[in-house]
Amino acid sequence: MSKLNDAVVNTAENVAETVAEKVSNAVEGVKARIGAPSGDRRVRIDGFTEEGENLSPLNDSSPVLGGDSSKSHSHGAGAGIPDSSRAGRLTSFNRADFGKLTGREEDWRFTPLKRLRGLHTQDLTGTAPEVAVVAPEGITVAGIGRDDARIGTAGIPEDLVAAAAWEAFTEATLVSIPKDMQAEGTVTLSITGAGTDPAAQHVVIEAGAFSKAVVVLDHKGSATLSQNVEIIVGDGAELTVISVQDWDDDAVHASAQYAKVGRDARFKHVVVSLGGDLVRVTPSSKFTATGGDVQMFGLYYADAGQHLEQRLFVDHAVPNCKSRVMYKGALQGKDAHTVWVGDVLIRKEAEGTDTYEVNRNLLLTDGGRADSVPNLEIETGLIEGAGHASATGRFDDEHLFYLMARGIPEDIARRLVVRGFLNEIIQQIRVPELEERLTAAVERELAQVEN
Amino acid sequence: MSTLEIKDLHVSIETEQGVKKQILKGVSLTINTGETHAIMGPNGSGKSTLASTIAGHPRYTVDSGSITLDGEDVLAMSVDERARAGLFLAMQYPVEVPGVTMTNFLRTAKTALDGEAPSLRHWTKDVKGAMSQLRIDADFAQRNVNEGFSGGEKKRVEILQLELFHPKFAILDETDSGLDVDALKVVSEGVNREHANGNMGTLLITHYTRILRYIKPDYVHVFVDGRIAEQGGPELADRLEEEGYDRFTNAGAASA
Repeated sequence: MSKLNDAVVNTAENVAETVAEKVSNAVEGVKARIGAPSGDRRVRIDGFTEEGENLSPLNDSSPVLGGDSSKSHSHGAGAGIPDSSRAGRLTSFNRADFGKLTGREEDWRFTPLKRLRGLHTQDLTGTAPEVAVVAPEGITVAGIGRDDARIGTAGIPEDLVAAAAWEAFTEATLVSIPKDMQAEGTVTLSITGAGTDPAAQHVVIEAGAFSKAVVVLDHKGSATLSQNVEIIVGDGAELTVISVQDWDDDAVHASAQYAKVGRDARFKHVVVSLGGDLVRVTPSSKFTATGGDVQMFGLYYADAGQHLEQRLFVDHAVPNCKSRVMYKGALQGKDAHTVWVGDVLIRKEAEGTDTYEVNRNLLLTDGGRADSVPNLEIETGLIEGAGHASATGRFDDEHLFYLMARGIPEDIARRLVVRGFLNEIIQQIRVPELEERLTAAVERELAQVEN
Repeated sequence: MSTLEIKDLHVSIETEQGVKKQILKGVSLTINTGETHAIMGPNGSGKSTLASTIAGHPRYTVDSGSITLDGEDVLAMSVDERARAGLFLAMQYPVEVPGVTMTNFLRTAKTALDGEAPSLRHWTKDVKGAMSQLRIDADFAQRNVNEGFSGGEKKRVEILQLELFHPKFAILDETDSGLDVDALKVVSEGVNREHANGNMGTLLITHYTRILRYIKPDYVHVFVDGRIAEQGGPELADRLEEEGYDRFTNAGAASA
């Protein structure tokens, strides 16, 4: 029995991974700190600095886009030595650089490769999903060619499947929100699967300086799709991107979503994964100038046999930025599997960073598995705050008792709690039609567990 | 008039080591509408076990004995059925239920208890009125059930439910513990208001005599080691106030 509140609870059934935490490359004495020993009284130990053990000398100051391994190559490619830091992960536009997937790689170790339906082995030549657009006046949505200068500005693939899509897409969809535009209403890209042959897709969302908009990527139908979504949040812009995976039961979807966040920009990213056989979303947010504010939310609801994976990365590369991450998942049925990996990196330069990430999972029945791995890597001690929390609990008997002791029958009590648990994410969406639709979808999922 | 009758109740729990431990060793008690019974006793005597067993907490196993409400077998009912039959437990440690607002919770419970949704206009008025009498801030209605409430606030919210749900029998499990004098008065007034309607019997479980200054019991039962060691009228409480539980616990130690 465990609680849903802030206490991190471990039970025998709790498969949440232990927190992996690392403090590396701490800066020595950049600023005098109150209470810190100074001058000659400071004891020096090799390999240690004021902020802690100097674990990895490899990742001194790596570039914001691309790990160390990318330095050697003009187009971000190259097989350098990946180091233990998140910043050192291989990034490349070329599929070949990633070799062959074995499933033993750190970022694939939870994914059942056999169920990728060839995304990692075949050429992604299938028909890309159809994109239907509804957009407020003034926002342009258009097809752009591979050679468009905006492509490749927000991110570089970090895994083979994303790189394969990058190589294979023929035309990208560009959503362009003009500078200073305060959009009324929502831009919706309805992305409908067009078949089950492995396919590639590329989307670029560009929010001009001081603009304000909400963009929804709404995935439906059936597909075997690898997708790259680039998001450029201009200086002072306020952008919300909501990615809904409401696929048919058999769909396979890998989506790498890269956000580049400008000066004083506010970016909110919401991932909602409900449908599909295997869905793997890898969102990242990289701060490129000071004053940025990022919120990343996620909701996933896995039924029997479903694999829903989310791996996110927040890259604090510059000073005085703030990030908040909250992902919540519910699992029901045999072999429902969810994965949440949250990497936060506070680089040496990123003084004044304020970050917190939370993952909560609720196991509604026996037979599910929730993996939860928060990683926090701190290279400077001169920050506002950094923390993370993860808790995986069963639907709590004490909650149930309290509600039932007030006359509420068990099924209604269960709904009340699950609805409440997930509503914290749904209410972040702030698009009424979409909130209603997702609430209804959650109700449908709940109805399944009762039958 | 209703009667809650407990006969020769034996209750045990399984400890964390998997060992069965007997807690109640033959408790008999009859409460009628309009009566207030105080159950007092030292820590670990089984007072709270009695409360939780009446409400149906799954941790407690009834080995023998019976609980009936107007002749109906309470032990055969699920937790929610007991509540709908008219039993209300004000919990010693109300749990926080994240994500469920007070408003939503109260309306859902009221609907379940009455079998139909309350008329919106009257209900809203009733909730507001009861909240203000218990000096609960109006903004609590929008907060999640018990989440971030102080100890005193949680107890007030329990009594708020008591006043809104109108149970046949209220079991108050150490509602007074952890309250300052002002909060104790507010909470006691709430219980007395509901009692004054004349449709409720009350089982008041407490460690201290302090609350008995505000809620007057008709009967006092002293619990020691899973049994009722002594019973009497309100004067028994006065004696306990002066002497404490020593003469019971010492006697227990002497005979052991």
